[in-house]
Amino acid sequence: MRRHPIIQMVVIGAIASAIGIVLALWINWFPADAAKQDQPIDTLYDVLMIVSIPIFVLVMTVILYSVWAFRMRPGQENEDGPPVHGNTRLEVFWTAIPAILLVSLCSYAYAVLNDIETKHDNELVVKVQAVQFAWTFSYPQADGRAVVSSQLYLPKDQPVRFDIQSEDVLHDFWVPAFRVKIDAVPGMTTRLRVTPTKLGSYPVVCAELCGLGHSVMRSTAHVLTPAAFNRWLASKQAPAPAAGGGGGEARQLSQAQLVALGRATFTGDGGCGACHTLADAGTSGTTGPDLDRVLTGQSEDELRTDIVDPNARIASGYAANIMPPNFGQTLSGQQLDGLVAYLATVSK
Amino acid sequence: MPAKLRAPGWYRAGLFTALGIAFAYLLVGVVRSAMHFPNAWDDGDAITIVALIGAPLFFLVGLGCFDYWFYWVSGRPTRPEDHSSHGATSWKDYFRVNTDHKVIGVQYVCTSFFFLFVGGLLAMLMRAELAQPGMQFVSSQQFNGLFSVHAALLIFLFVIPVFAGLANFVIPLMIGAPDMAFPRLNALSFWMLPIAGLMMVGSFLAPGGSFATGWTAYAPLSTEVPLGQLFFTIGVQFAGASSIATALNFLVTIITMRAPGMSFFRMPLLVWANFSTSLLVVIATPFVAASQFFVLLDYALGFNFFDAFVGAGKNGSVLMYQHVFWFYSHPAVYIMMLPGFGIISEIISVKARKPIFGYRMMAFSLIAIVVLGFTVWAHHMFVSGMQNWIRIPMMITTAIIAVPTGIKIFSWLATLWRGVLHLDTPMLFALGFLTTFTLGGISGVMLAMIPFDIHVSDTYFIVAHIHYVLFGGSLFTIFAGVYYWFPKMTGRMYDERLGKLHFWATFVFFNLTFAPMHVIGVQGMPRRVADYAEQFAGMNLAISIMSFILGLSMLVFLYNIVVSWRLGPRAAANPWRALTLEWQVSSPPPIFNFDAVPTVVGGPYEYGIPGAVHGIFESPAEAKPTPAGSVATAPTTE
Repeated sequence: MRRHPIIQMVVIGAIASAIGIVLALWINWFPADAAKQDQPIDTLYDVLMIVSIPIFVLVMTVILYSVWAFRMRPGQENEDGPPVHGNTRLEVFWTAIPAILLVSLCSYAYAVLNDIETKHDNELVVKVQAVQFAWTFSYPQADGRAVVSSQLYLPKDQPVRFDIQSEDVLHDFWVPAFRVKIDAVPGMTTRLRVTPTKLGSYPVVCAELCGLGHSVMRSTAHVLTPAAFNRWLASKQAPAPAAGGGGGEARQLSQAQLVALGRATFTGDGGCGACHTLADAGTSGTTGPDLDRVLTGQSEDELRTDIVDPNARIASGYAANIMPPNFGQTLSGQQLDGLVAYLATVSK
Repeated sequence: MPAKLRAPGWYRAGLFTALGIAFAYLLVGVVRSAMHFPNAWDDGDAITIVALIGAPLFFLVGLGCFDYWFYWVSGRPTRPEDHSSHGATSWKDYFRVNTDHKVIGVQYVCTSFFFLFVGGLLAMLMRAELAQPGMQFVSSQQFNGLFSVHAALLIFLFVIPVFAGLANFVIPLMIGAPDMAFPRLNALSFWMLPIAGLMMVGSFLAPGGSFATGWTAYAPLSTEVPLGQLFFTIGVQFAGASSIATALNFLVTIITMRAPGMSFFRMPLLVWANFSTSLLVVIATPFVAASQFFVLLDYALGFNFFDAFVGAGKNGSVLMYQHVFWFYSHPAVYIMMLPGFGIISEIISVKARKPIFGYRMMAFSLIAIVVLGFTVWAHHMFVSGMQNWIRIPMMITTAIIAVPTGIKIFSWLATLWRGVLHLDTPMLFALGFLTTFTLGGISGVMLAMIPFDIHVSDTYFIVAHIHYVLFGGSLFTIFAGVYYWFPKMTGRMYDERLGKLHFWATFVFFNLTFAPMHVIGVQGMPRRVADYAEQFAGMNLAISIMSFILGLSMLVFLYNIVVSWRLGPRAAANPWRALTLEWQVSSPPPIFNFDAVPTVVGGPYEYGIPGAVHGIFESPAEAKPTPAGSVATAPTTE
């Protein structure tokens, strides 16, 4: 058994590495694959796995074989191993081979990096504004105005450039399905390039600790067909003048419809419930004040001010600048009216 | 004044602390009155900040850390060879300013392990909250506080000082010196440590809660949160000052106090490792001090280093904080790893009964890591928005630093080969370390690859990686070292069966806790969140359960150490049949380490050569009698 330990170990190591590599390639590690940037990064990961697994198996094989073959047996308590002090050829070998391997991996990673950060001529520019704890996406239009949204809408197969800014502290714009992220840095504009390739809705995540509401600073990225995207853009452009007053709406909503819309806004994606507890809506966020407690007896005007200008009054025990100050821009006039109506109803 | 309040000690320390707080109150009041500020005498934030800086200094004076130097400065008679504060005869001697490196070593290790258990409990609370999505037990502020204090304690109050403690005990013995070069500075370094720790734990009592911006305390978030942040900002200054003073002490001790015949290439690798670590500490730690002074000045005095809000016409530099911070905090990961490499070299050589394979390459690779360690800091900032090209050289240096680390791993493997392996607790932890640290090293190389890092930075993949290198890496080497030197430090043997149980429970549940974090990180779960998407619920529940068992396994260690220290069988001078000098004296060692100055005649790891020795001692008859506590053994003047 001990005549050819090296050959045995090479065979066992090769089998274990093969099993490890097959498993690593078979497992689906990544979230949805929704942009042109994904495939090169996922392939890089696979290559890293293929290189790493044999190295780990090598280390483990030597350790386990040594433990099995060279462990102290009864009677060997006072024996020593052979006084081998080193082997220059072996040491040069295990310095040079990893160095060559690592430089090759770096070259490959550099190529991937250039690939995923390539500029395109026909880029759609989306401005991303980060604020504690909300995202605002704006689409500059030819007439100088911008379409503003709290959710991200992108046309499929269209290269996009995000220009990212922060209004307060560091944030990080990340869509896991696109594989790329970059910090939003106060005082700077950072850039990120993505070409979405798959229709669907994907989470937008803040990845840099930004304060109490960090874990609820979420939004959604919707990848639409170019036609659907243009329809969305047009629909956002049309009612824009009405957003402030709410008087020019196509049709007036009844009080019941308003309350229903308000409740939907409250509980919806990135809505108030992420941070606030409200029994009627079934939400249990603890970042902001408990609305079951603090809303009692507030007038509709006070409620409206609390939503659009949250720093005007701060509930005792809570700090200023926690609630996003931009709901006046990201909510439509109807949504805002609905929220006020809903909150007035439940707090009576 | 009663004598107790005049003599150095806890009574005087209490009095001086009160004086320090009063001083802070008066200083703030007088300055604010002079500046005609409103509420000059009752600005709680300002008083607290000044007291946080001032009261600890008063406390140290009261405890007696500065007595000798004050006597010397004021021209009063001093006795340089005064050893009245040296050594320990009862437990009370561990609670005063003690100049014996062995006492200080034990003080360091016990203090650090206290904070390990505090930090571990914070992690248990975090995992309880994370067991389910949504908020259950704590608020967002409390959760952010939990992970921030957890990381700050385990980095600044556990891993860095526990290595300093083990080295404090072992290094003078290993190089044949009677003590460290500067024993009084050594005592001062230690006593700054509990101050830093209590400040960080005490931040939970601050108005607005503890510091909650992560251990990285990124500006500008850290300059605009409640007062608790300053408990970190100022606590780090004390931990950092302690670190720098100890590192200087090690450097001078290792350079000037080696026994005759102990050339650099006859030093045990633990001494090499601590020499390299001390170089890193002395060069890098001032940078973290600077980064926290920026935050302090910005926060307390409005220096506006980081005020760069869009549209406000400010031009502070937010990225500067990150560069200065990581210029320390990347070398810091080697500060937290190189001493562990040294411990593993000692243990593997002794327990495999073979010389270390490639001794010189092992020493050179430590120095290579020190040099390269200063060239990789911006790999923490691949998604920070800095200039794009900086990422490329940082990727290459980050990958290349794996080469000297690889040399060390392969040399340890070659040392095992054809040895006679004693698979007891220190050796099991050493082999466990090789396994987990290889995994942590591999994920480190993966993170060096910019495109992959862009996806996983700030996710649980990072959490998994740092726990593989700091828990599976550093903590495993610390456990190995504590078990290995336990007989020398306490004079007692630990229980081998409980030690093995501790190893297996820790090793298995460590991997079950942290390996799945790689997966949820790649899938898109960000770090530092109290609440998470429903898709990660199953994995997080499993991780939480495993982490609770991992936490319980630490109780086995605690029980083993406490009971063995009191009741364990007496240890022989050299239970491991090791050659290095610390094992050639009694367990625990005599008060001045060596009754006779050793002479080093060979390498430290000459196992397998019949009759080989590392050092020889003069015969007791020729050695000068040195009554304990009266005169120092004359330091060697080779």
